[in-house]
Amino acid sequence: MQWETVIGLEVHVQLATQSKIFSGASTAFGAAPNTQACAVDLGMPGVLPVLNEQAVAMAVQFGLAIHAEIPEVSVFDRKNYFYPDLPKGYQTSQMYHPIVGAGEVEISLDDGATRRVRVHHAHLEEDAGKSLHEDFHGMTGIDLNRAGTPLLEIVSEPDMRSAKEAAAYLKAIHSIVTYLGISDGNMAEGSMRCDVNVSVRPVGQAEYGTRAEVKNVNSFRFVERAIEFEVERQVELLEDGGTVVQETRLFDPERDETRSMRTKEEANDYRYFPCPDLLPVVLDRAYVEHLRGALPELPDEKRTRFQAALGLSAYDAGVLSTTREMAEFFEEVKDTCGDAKLAANWVMGELAGALNREGLLVSDSPVSARQLGELVARVIDNTINGKAAKQVFQALWNGQGLSADEVIEAKGLKQVTDSGAIEAMIDQVIADSPAQVAQYRDAEPDKRGKMIGYFVGQVMKASRGTANPQQVNQLLKEKLDALC
Amino acid sequence: MALEHADVLRAAHLARLGLSDEDAAHYLDDLGRILEMVDQLQALDTEGVAPLAHPLDATQRLRADEVTETDQRDRFQRCAPAVEQGLYLVPRVVE
Amino acid sequence: MHDKTLSELAAALTAGEFTSRELTEHQLARIARLDGEINSFITVTPEQALTAADAADAARAKGQAGPLTGLPLAIKDLFCTQGVLTTAGSKMLGNFVSPYDASVVEKLKAAGMVSLGKTNMDEFAMGSSNENSAFGPVKNPWEAGAVPGGSSGGSAAAVAAGLAPAALGTDTGGSIRQPAAFCGITGLKPTYGRVSRYGIIAYASSLDQAGPMARTAKDCALLLNAIAGPDPRDSTCVARGVPDYTEELDAPLSGLKIGLPREYFGDGLDPDVEAAVREAVKVYESLGATVREVSLPHTHYAIPAYYVIAPAEASSNLSRYDGVRFGHRCQAPGDLIDLYKRSRAEGFGAEVQRRILIGTHTLSEGFFDAYYTKAQQVRRLIRQDFLDAFEEVDVLMGPASPTPAFDLGANNDPVSMYLQDIYTIAVNLAGIPGISVPAGFVGKRPVGLQILGTHFAETRLLNVAHQFQQATDWHLRRPALAEETT
Repeated sequence: MQWETVIGLEVHVQLATQSKIFSGASTAFGAAPNTQACAVDLGMPGVLPVLNEQAVAMAVQFGLAIHAEIPEVSVFDRKNYFYPDLPKGYQTSQMYHPIVGAGEVEISLDDGATRRVRVHHAHLEEDAGKSLHEDFHGMTGIDLNRAGTPLLEIVSEPDMRSAKEAAAYLKAIHSIVTYLGISDGNMAEGSMRCDVNVSVRPVGQAEYGTRAEVKNVNSFRFVERAIEFEVERQVELLEDGGTVVQETRLFDPERDETRSMRTKEEANDYRYFPCPDLLPVVLDRAYVEHLRGALPELPDEKRTRFQAALGLSAYDAGVLSTTREMAEFFEEVKDTCGDAKLAANWVMGELAGALNREGLLVSDSPVSARQLGELVARVIDNTINGKAAKQVFQALWNGQGLSADEVIEAKGLKQVTDSGAIEAMIDQVIADSPAQVAQYRDAEPDKRGKMIGYFVGQVMKASRGTANPQQVNQLLKEKLDALC
Repeated sequence: MALEHADVLRAAHLARLGLSDEDAAHYLDDLGRILEMVDQLQALDTEGVAPLAHPLDATQRLRADEVTETDQRDRFQRCAPAVEQGLYLVPRVVE
Repeated sequence: MHDKTLSELAAALTAGEFTSRELTEHQLARIARLDGEINSFITVTPEQALTAADAADAARAKGQAGPLTGLPLAIKDLFCTQGVLTTAGSKMLGNFVSPYDASVVEKLKAAGMVSLGKTNMDEFAMGSSNENSAFGPVKNPWEAGAVPGGSSGGSAAAVAAGLAPAALGTDTGGSIRQPAAFCGITGLKPTYGRVSRYGIIAYASSLDQAGPMARTAKDCALLLNAIAGPDPRDSTCVARGVPDYTEELDAPLSGLKIGLPREYFGDGLDPDVEAAVREAVKVYESLGATVREVSLPHTHYAIPAYYVIAPAEASSNLSRYDGVRFGHRCQAPGDLIDLYKRSRAEGFGAEVQRRILIGTHTLSEGFFDAYYTKAQQVRRLIRQDFLDAFEEVDVLMGPASPTPAFDLGANNDPVSMYLQDIYTIAVNLAGIPGISVPAGFVGKRPVGLQILGTHFAETRLLNVAHQFQQATDWHLRRPALAEETT
C-alpha cells in the first residue's frame, strides 16, 4: 500500500524580551539557579501577573509577518496541572482567544519550489522552569529561572507531507522570527523548540490517521530524523495489522528513535478557564498598523525582490534570504561592487565554503561585506583576474591586509593587460615548447581548441597568475594559428 | 447532574488531594448537595447572554519591558521546605 | 483610649493628648489581657508595633505627620506582611513568614499606621462564621456563644472588642460586611478594582476585594483614602484617581433616592432583623430621602453562580500550595504524587477541600460549559439587575444578613451556611461597593444595615452611612468587653 505522511508542527519560540512575560525578572540565559525567579515567577502567595508590552508587540509582529488575522481581543487562560517546574499549578496561556489568528508561511524546498503552510493560530504563554536530575540524594532539583519567559506557540495546520517539508517550515519560522528580531532562534539553548504531530494514511484516504505527538525536537535535523523514524514505525505497525496509539513520544537523538512517554498516565484534563488575574488584551487598529509599518523586509519579500529586481535564480535568492544576516551581508557586497550576480556567486561560493569549513556563521566572518565587495569590484574592473581574486580572499580571511587593494598591491597581483608584455611572455612559452607546438600544428583544426590550454597555463604561470586570461587566450590563438 | 463516588475521586486526583475512600464518601454527600443547589442555574434561560469574567469592562494594562527585579533567592528560599545549591528539591521525577 | 474612633484618636495624637507609643502600648495590653476570650488574633507583633509607633511619634515631632500617622490597626491574616507570619488561617501556611508586604500594607505603613498584628479568619477566606480557622474559632464579643461572622471575623471582633480601632478585611462574598454586621461595626467593601489585591492571598480573584473595617463610616473613609488607587502590580486594579472620601461625608441627604430590593425582604429574613432595617430606612426618610421598592430579579441565582465561579477560581489559585517552595510539606514523601497529595490533604481543612473539589469538578471536561460558562452568563444578568436598579435609585438598602449572629456550631451543613450570604454575594458578582452599618440589635446581637451603590460610588455610600451615624448611635454601642477600662 502507498502511504501518505501528514505532519503538523507546534513551534515554541522564546521571545527576546528583557523581562518575563508577567514579571520584571530578567530572562537572561545561564544565571545561577533561581536567581532570576522573582515572587511572581515562583507563584508566591498573593502575587499577581502584569503583561509585558514587548511580548505583545512581538507576537503581533509575527502575526503580521505571516499575514495573519490579528483579533482585536485576546484572552489569557489558565491550563491547570501539577508539575514541579510549574510553580503555580497552572500555566498562563491562551486557549480560546489567541493573540494571532490564522495565517500562512511560505516554505521553499530544495528544488527551489515553494509551498504555503497554513498556521492555525499563534498564542502567548509562559515557559516553565527546569528539572535537574543530577543526584541530590535521590531528589530532583528545580530551577525556576526560565519560569515566566515569554513563549509564542505557533501551531500549524497538518499541511506538511514529508520530513523535508517539516524541516523547511521550521526553517521558515526560524528565519521569520530572527528577521523580526523577536527571538534569537538559538535552538541549542532552547529558544526554539518543536513538537511534531505525525500520522500516516493510505494515499487517497480523506480522513487523517491517528497521530503521535513527538515532544521537544530541538534541531532542524532532529525534526527530519524523528519524522522519518515515526513514519517508518507507524507504517510498519499498520502493515502488520496493528493500530497507532494516540500518545506523546520523545525523540532520542542518541538512538535515533522515538519512544513512548508515560503511557500509564491517564488522559489530561487541563480545566482551562479565563485567568481572572488578567483582563482581556485589546489591540487598537492604530497600534497594529503602527507595528505593520515598522516591519522589516521579510524573507519571502526579500527572496522575491532578489529574483525580480536583481535577476538572481530562485535557488540563489532562497539561500541568500534564509537569514537576515546573510541577506544583509549579500546586499552590502552587492552595493559595494555593483553586480548582484557576481556578489551572489562570491557570497555563496568562496565565502560560504570558508564559513562552512570553519563552522562559522556569517556574522562571524573574518572578511567583512565591505572587504568582499571591494574585492569583487576589482574583478569587475579587471584590476585582478578570478584566480588572483581567490588569493586575495584567502589573504583577507587570514587577516593579511585590511583591504583588497592593499593585498593586491602587496602581493603584486594586479592583472597584466598590457598586450606587449603578454605577447612577450607568449613568444617565450612558444619558443620553450617546440614539441607541444608541433603537436598543435599536426592536429585537426577542430581539436586544437582543447590543446591551447597547455599554453595558457604556461603563460599564466609565467605571469604568476596576473595576466588577463581572456587576452592570453586571444593572443595565443592568433600566434599559434599563424604557425600552422 | 448527579455526582458519583468516582467523580469525587477523579476531582481529588486532578487537584492532588490525598483522599481515602472514606474521605471521598464523606465529601460525596456534601458535594452532591452543593451541586444540587448549583443546578438551579440550569432553570434560567441564558441564551445569547455573553459570559462575564470580570465585573468591570476593563482591559489589560501593559507593563514596560524592563528588568525591575533583583536576585532575592535567599529571602524567598528561607520559607522553602527543602533546598540545596539554590534548587528546590522534590522526590525524583522520572522522565 | 480604646473608646475613641480612629478619627478621634487622630485628633488626640495631633493635640498631643498621648503619643502613638502610649496608644499602641494600651492596645497591646488590651490584646494581651482580653484576646484569650475571643481569639481574634493569630499573631500579635508587639515589637514591630512599638518600633512603628516610635517612628510615627518621631515623624510627628518633625512635623511630618499625616492623617493616619501613629494610628494602630489590625490586619486580616490574608494580607502578606513582610517578616511576619502570614497564615490565611490555614495549617498550609502555618509556617509562612512572608518575604514581602501586600501593596495595601505597604501603603498603610507609608501612611505611618502601626500594625498590631494579624487577625483570625476562615481558612483562605472561605466561610461565614470564622469556624473554619486552623487557629480555632473567633467568638463574638457581644456574646461568647455566637459567631463573629466570616471570613474577616477576627478583624470585626477585634474592632468591636476595642482591641484595635480599625482593621483591614477582605470581602469575596460578604466577608467584610457580614462580620461587620454581626459584630456591630462598620465595614466597607469597595468596588472591585478600587483597592489593589497584590499580596493578598487569593481566594477568588474576580471577586476578592480588600476594605476597611472600623467603628464609623468616617473612619472607613479615612482608611479608604490610604488604600485605594492604582497599583502597577495588579492588572485588575483600576487606573482611576482617588477622591478624598471624607469630603462629601457631610453632604445632606435630601432628595436621596433609596431602593429597597423586594428580593431582600422575603422568606428567610428574621423578622427582628427586618424590623431594625425598616426602622433605619425610616431614619433616612426623616433625613429627606425618598424610598421605593425595586427588583433584582436574579437574586435567587447569585448563590448558585457564586458557588461555581468562586470554587473554580479557588481550585486553581490554591494549586500553588504544593509543598515545594513554601508552606506545609508532608513528612518523607515517597514520590512526587505522594508529596502533593499528602501535603495538600494535611494542609487544607475540610471547607477548603470541599471548594477545591467543587471547583475542580465544575471546570473539568464535559462540565465546564454547563457550570462555568452558565455561571458567567448568570453573573452578567445579576450585574445588569444592579445597573438597572441604579438607573432608578441612588442607593439600595437592605439587611446585611438574614439573621443576627448565629450560635457557634449551629450551621454544620455547608449549604445552609452558604445561604447565609444571600444578601451579600451578588454584590461581589456585580463588583459594586457595599457598606454595612450598625442599625440595631436582636437581643444582644447587632444588626447590620447594608447600603449598596453603583461602581465607584464609595463617596456616596460613605456619605449616606455617615449621615445615618450622625442621626443614630448604634455604632457607638460597645459590648461589655470593650467597656473594660484598661
